[in-house]
Amino acid sequence: MQRGPSGLRGWVIPVLALVLWELWSHAGTFPIDTLSRPSDIAVAGARGFIDGSIPLATWQTVQAALYGLAVAAVLGILFGVILGLSPRLEGVVGPSIDALRPVPSVALIPLALLMFGFGLQMEASVVAFACLWPILLVTIAAVHGVEPRLLDVARVLQMSFAARMFKVILPAALGRINVGLRIAVSISLIVAVTVEIVLNPRGLGYSMIGAQQSLRPDLVYAQLLWLGLLGWGLNAALNKAVSMWPGGVQSYEDVQP
Amino acid sequence: MRTSPEGVASSLGGNPPAESVSAVSVRRLCVSFASAAGSHLVLSDISFDVRDGQFLCVVGPSGCGKTTLLRLLAGLLAPSAGEILFRGQPVRGPSRDRAIVFQDYTKALLPWRTVAGNIALSLEACGIAEPDRGERVGALIEKMGLQRSAHQFPGQLSGGMQQRVQIARCLAQQPTLLLMDEPFGALDAMTRQTLQDEVARLATEQRTTVVFITHDLEEAIYLGDRVIALGAGRIAETIDVEIARPRNQLETREDPRFLAHRHRLFGLLQEH
Repeated sequence: MQRGPSGLRGWVIPVLALVLWELWSHAGTFPIDTLSRPSDIAVAGARGFIDGSIPLATWQTVQAALYGLAVAAVLGILFGVILGLSPRLEGVVGPSIDALRPVPSVALIPLALLMFGFGLQMEASVVAFACLWPILLVTIAAVHGVEPRLLDVARVLQMSFAARMFKVILPAALGRINVGLRIAVSISLIVAVTVEIVLNPRGLGYSMIGAQQSLRPDLVYAQLLWLGLLGWGLNAALNKAVSMWPGGVQSYEDVQP
Repeated sequence: MRTSPEGVASSLGGNPPAESVSAVSVRRLCVSFASAAGSHLVLSDISFDVRDGQFLCVVGPSGCGKTTLLRLLAGLLAPSAGEILFRGQPVRGPSRDRAIVFQDYTKALLPWRTVAGNIALSLEACGIAEPDRGERVGALIEKMGLQRSAHQFPGQLSGGMQQRVQIARCLAQQPTLLLMDEPFGALDAMTRQTLQDEVARLATEQRTTVVFITHDLEEAIYLGDRVIALGAGRIAETIDVEIARPRNQLETREDPRFLAHRHRLFGLLQEH
């Protein structure tokens, strides 16, 4: 991808759309009850930030998304490595995974509500369920893809399970596990907001429903745009974090002369 | 610590107790793999001994079961029948006592660790902590001539240098048996000769027992005290090479005994 001028070119369409939208909003045909003016949206967003309601809701949503994601990552990578290393165990557990995986995660909301009640834990548990599968499946595939010769080396050195996992298998599989984590990041945000919109009285999803019910399309748009930015930011932050993993594949390309 | 009586005793204990002891005894070894076409016999009725400190070369055409034999000796594979004794004990799995140098060095080194880090892996596995570890890594880097590459990653090195790293990592285990699986097969002729001489020198210096697999007849005769020729999963011939060490790339290869062995093995392997 080209940087520089092409980066500026990418802004042409959004800016043009905003300008046209704003111009149109001053004409008589503009449906003001469903399409807010960009200027109103900016004002609503700024007010939400100043009075602290958007930052609070954002924190609640991100907290649930990251909590669920962290649980899914730990479980998914742990069991993914175990299943990836043992074809026999995978044969036993695999069919159960295939049976559970297609269950829509939002269908678990009633069950999660029964188990945890309203609040963070309920939301995070649904997020964790949704994020577990991509991480688990990608980790299993990543471990299958680890160079068998490296596993031979670990065996000859009689490395402990922990040493094998942290010194050989995880660093070798990290590049691919990273793909699963990236998919899971976007899923985590989607599911967290969905749970909030459906029934959990916290976070950005709930806040958007509130704005809709009080007939404030400007506030709905403001939060929607903010959510888009948030997802983009979370993805970028995770990619950065994973690429800084000691022994991450990128670290040795960096030192190449 | 190093001058304490225990230290001396344990370092002596690591040496071969006597010349005649067998480091490895292979008894009526058979290996067969199941395939779609039925069971395929890879090795059949292989028996031999390797004396302590001996340099044994196993030579044979590709597909004759050489690599399978080496994986059995390493304990990475279990035989279908027969047994392998290592210093009198049956081999039941891999052990740090038996190091193995693989042919495909690009796959056997950790690409995310530097040269020093790759060598340190063995020492970490052996439970050797800093600062001892760093010292030993430094010594091995010097021994294998890797001083300039210590902080480079394997992907930045030539094939010969990468294979040096793998050999250094194996030496770091302080093995009693060094297994080498066509270690120089993928290297250019000049590098191969240099490394042949270095391995021969190291084996003599450290009195390590070596089992060296190759498809190169001359390499086998040049390096080995004894050469076993494998053909179609059986031992076709065993010869003892009585050419004195240190051997020399020019003179040894022109020695009448060297040429005689070469003729004999060449003829034998042609039949298979």
